[in-house]
Amino acid sequence: MIAAATATVSRMDTVVTSPRELDEESREWLRTLRATGTVHDQAVERLHALLLRATRFEVARRRPTLPHLRGNDLDEIALQAADDALMSVLARLDDFRGASRFTTWVYKFGLLEAAVKLRRRAWQGREIPLEPETWGLFASAGIEPGEQAEQNELIAILQRSIAEVLTSHQRRVLVALALNGIPIDVLADRLNTSRGALYKTLHDARRKLRKHLEVMGVTLEEET
Amino acid sequence: MSEQPDLKRALGRFLGPAAPEVGCDECFARLDQYVEVELAGGDPDAVVPGLRAHLDGCPACREEHESLRALVGGEQLL
Repeated sequence: MIAAATATVSRMDTVVTSPRELDEESREWLRTLRATGTVHDQAVERLHALLLRATRFEVARRRPTLPHLRGNDLDEIALQAADDALMSVLARLDDFRGASRFTTWVYKFGLLEAAVKLRRRAWQGREIPLEPETWGLFASAGIEPGEQAEQNELIAILQRSIAEVLTSHQRRVLVALALNGIPIDVLADRLNTSRGALYKTLHDARRKLRKHLEVMGVTLEEET
Repeated sequence: MSEQPDLKRALGRFLGPAAPEVGCDECFARLDQYVEVELAGGDPDAVVPGLRAHLDGCPACREEHESLRALVGGEQLL
């Protein structure tokens, strides 16, 4: 779970709002989940069903990108993700402050667990490239020779800057995530670190590189 | 450098957002609130500053945001 990670890029000054009064449905969820006996057991069962709805939704969304997985495999992943998400939700019940409806809060746990499991499965047994595989991200089809020269020049500047200003760890993380498109959870597993810590490394590497490129006079423009 | 829109976009994707952003943990913690404000037609960026920038820079969180918005938004239509 990313919630277990300790490093964050920055904690923004979020707008502080008073905890809103819980809606009736959310209150009922909390009451029954905190109860004992049959009431509690039935609430946990309903919670699992809610999570299964989220994990199946995520599996269905990603199914076209996972042609090698069969229906049974996908059902199993959805079920495992719901089981794991159930444990996370029950362990974090006191974190729910009513900033959203309880069901929306619950869904994000199911979606996260399913997404992480599917990304891991997609990369299972595959090598994780930590060196630049290709600079295809910067390639454009059918461009003029002058534009090709500009493209090559930019790639050369980036390559030099990456080598000059980043640490070897920052270089590996930036290349793997931003250039080679390795999913952050998959890389976190392989490097035995957390998603939050890895994103912090990526963020610092990008900031350093951006600053260096600005000093070098490279015009930067945000993606819109 | 550069006059090519595609090249500028690629560079923007590679370098991530210039604006201040939250990390993955804070994004996950606030995502449910962000999505509900978004679906209600409010201003989620005012409620959770820095989350939008993070979604621009983090493909995994962006996917999870899209899924949550689709799931909750779809249910609201029912």
